[in-house]
Amino acid sequence: MSQENGDQMEKEAYQKVASRIEPKRPMLMNCVKAFFVGGFICVIGQCISTFYMHFFHFNEATVGAPTVATLIFISVLLTGFGVYDKFSQFSGAGTAVPVTGFANSMASTAIEYKTEGFVLGVGGNMFKLAGSVIVFGTVAAFIIGIIYTIATGQWGAM
Amino acid sequence: MIFLWAFIVGGLICVVGQLMMDGLKLTPAHTMATLVVVGAVLDGLGLYERLIDFAGAGATVPITSFGNQLVHGALAEADRTGLIGVITGIFQITSAGISAAIIFSFLAALVFKPKG
Repeated sequence: MSQENGDQMEKEAYQKVASRIEPKRPMLMNCVKAFFVGGFICVIGQCISTFYMHFFHFNEATVGAPTVATLIFISVLLTGFGVYDKFSQFSGAGTAVPVTGFANSMASTAIEYKTEGFVLGVGGNMFKLAGSVIVFGTVAAFIIGIIYTIATGQWGAM
Repeated sequence: MIFLWAFIVGGLICVVGQLMMDGLKLTPAHTMATLVVVGAVLDGLGLYERLIDFAGAGATVPITSFGNQLVHGALAEADRTGLIGVITGIFQITSAGISAAIIFSFLAALVFKPKG
């Protein structure tokens, strides 16, 4: 038997053992938690939105940006005090999917890599986890923008 | 009423994320990247704006709104200046979120000490 074949078999055997030993994920319970925590964060967001619309002359279309910025501020603060990570252990996607999770991933890596210095550590690692969101969002937006331009035929000053 | 819909819609989007992590066994990074692309595509189809009208922060707070904002900025600028607007406009609306995240995270790194 060749070496490669042996490796393949070992891998399969490992997969079998791993899938047997791996604890069953309580999927339903996780979803319930994610629903309530995620919904709760969105309600806080809605409170902030309503506040801005009442007191600062934003409308439904423009209120998203200041709301998100405020939530990010709160999330970074909670991350700094180590509270957010405790929440996220409990609620999984409920804290990861809202923008607060995006801010949490940036703030926690920024704080964690502080020991490696501000340029290489904080500056270089801040987008370690959040980067994929920005990269894929931007590329997707670019492709959609190109399709839109082709569809409307507005090429502009070319 | 908008509060209730914000709760339900925002919660459901998080459940979708949880199902992707538990059911499809994706890493959190894969889940977030996928959700952002989904948000971008939905806005490209003109559907995300309706969801925001309907659910308010339930649609603007989850990470899908990030994709929506990227596309929204790109298309709004493309209407004004054509193809080059796709590039110049992408970060126009998202600026608040990304700038806030970078600035506050940097300040947090200045202030807080790493644990452990």
